[in-house]
Amino acid sequence: MYNLFYNITGSGIISGVILALLPLFAFILPFALFAVYLERKVSAHMQDRLGPMRVGWHGWKQTIADILKLIQKEDIVAKDNDKFLFNLSPIIVFTGSYAAFAVIPFSSYFIGSNIDLGIFYIIAITGLSVAGILMAGWSSNNKYSLLGSMRSVAQIISYEIPTILVVLSIVMVTSSMNLHTLSEMQTGYFWNWFIFGGPGLGLTKFLLIPFMIIGFLVIYISTLAEVNRTPFDIPEAESELVSGYHTEYSGMKFAMFFLAEYANMFAVSAIVVALFLGGYQSPFGYLGNLFNAHWLIPIEQFFWFTFKGVFFVFVQMWLRWTLPRLRVDQLMTTSWKYLIPIAFVNLLIIGLITLL
Amino acid sequence: MKEYFGNIFTALSTIFIGMKITFKHLFTPSVTIQYPSVRPELPERERNRLYVNMDDCIGCDQCSRACPVSCIEIETVKSLPTEDLGKTSNGKKKALWVPTFTIDFAKCCYCQLCVFPCPTECIYMTDVYEFAELERGNLIYDFSTLTLDERQEKRDNFAKFTAEKEAEKLKAAAAPKPEIKKDQQEEK
Repeated sequence: MYNLFYNITGSGIISGVILALLPLFAFILPFALFAVYLERKVSAHMQDRLGPMRVGWHGWKQTIADILKLIQKEDIVAKDNDKFLFNLSPIIVFTGSYAAFAVIPFSSYFIGSNIDLGIFYIIAITGLSVAGILMAGWSSNNKYSLLGSMRSVAQIISYEIPTILVVLSIVMVTSSMNLHTLSEMQTGYFWNWFIFGGPGLGLTKFLLIPFMIIGFLVIYISTLAEVNRTPFDIPEAESELVSGYHTEYSGMKFAMFFLAEYANMFAVSAIVVALFLGGYQSPFGYLGNLFNAHWLIPIEQFFWFTFKGVFFVFVQMWLRWTLPRLRVDQLMTTSWKYLIPIAFVNLLIIGLITLL
Repeated sequence: MKEYFGNIFTALSTIFIGMKITFKHLFTPSVTIQYPSVRPELPERERNRLYVNMDDCIGCDQCSRACPVSCIEIETVKSLPTEDLGKTSNGKKKALWVPTFTIDFAKCCYCQLCVFPCPTECIYMTDVYEFAELERGNLIYDFSTLTLDERQEKRDNFAKFTAEKEAEKLKAAAAPKPEIKKDQQEEK
């Protein structure tokens, strides 16, 4: 993709900038608009309501109207806020979630930066948003915001451990951290996905299947907690903390947090998909190969990747409207007493199986 | 140890049960009524805004007296013997002009107590429930069918009529009264 832009523009800087902005304008913004709409519709229908119906056909223009409203809104900064940190934190939070998209392989032809430390980079860079959240809570000079951001930090740090342990078990099986390579390994049909034991036939594949499914569940639950979604949404907890760390924000800064949240939702789904469910690989083979039209393959791959990603975003919403919020001690219990030991044992067993 | 795995099993199984329920609800038809475009069907005996059919009103003031919040104000003027006001739909002869018949819907409590005493069934509840106003004064509904000039005319007519009658009475009564008094005094 970089080479294509380089050939068109003839300048490394311009093509780099285009490549960096492309996921934002071509993917994150439309996805956020769509996901907010989807969330409202899913929540409404799960409660036997209708959701937005007024703006456009079945309210499809509602989120566009909302974002226009947010742009027009006054940017309120309270008197005792720490101005510098207050203005900086939405940018940092958004940067943290946006930077993760640099290594996410949307298709075999479009990957922002094909680096060998892909999954490691994602885990490192999403840690940046923790700092942003803490800054937002501290600089708001509001006890609820500070409480929310402190909870958020405690939560994200404790749930990063099971996530990393599961990622590590995948890395042990594949001995690669490059997301592109990981996706390429799972090529072919869906039984080559890592949730079904990875490519190749043999005893190890069948021994791996149950532990891979356990790993998948653990990483899905812990990434759910990392992006502060229900049932792990105690940092935001509308009913207790008045939305937590972004209570004091308004207008575009609030929109930045919102965008970051939805971008994060997709990013973690994308990680789960890339690690366990074949990334951009189609489960049934490609139409492009069938009709001998090879230009179709990247488009199909992009479709499958977004389809899987959006499906897991949908599952996140589904869980949100199913489960009540956990208490703080239950949250810590889930992480330290259940997920981490399970992930450790899982890591050990997968390591032993890989040695076979 | 048994408890530990039991907990995991309970957590996962109950989550799946809950997800099954919410997924079912995703496809059940919603109960929302999209109000301004789709209106709910109201029950037959709903109580909303009152209406007074002035053609049938005989000005008996019973509704006003029945009202617990005094929101109905009625002023009646007797008609002249020469005037014919016609009959109500159930055959009662009308004898009174009704220059004022106002209902203040800001006060009305929609109890329907005014409806039952009406002898001609001319005051009743309608199905109109959207009558919000920006000014409170606009909620005072005037049901009288007479124009403002007519109202004044009726009042003046009656005042004139009574004045004439009084004058006649006075004239008629002016002479004999003192005589009776004198007789009584003499008898005593």
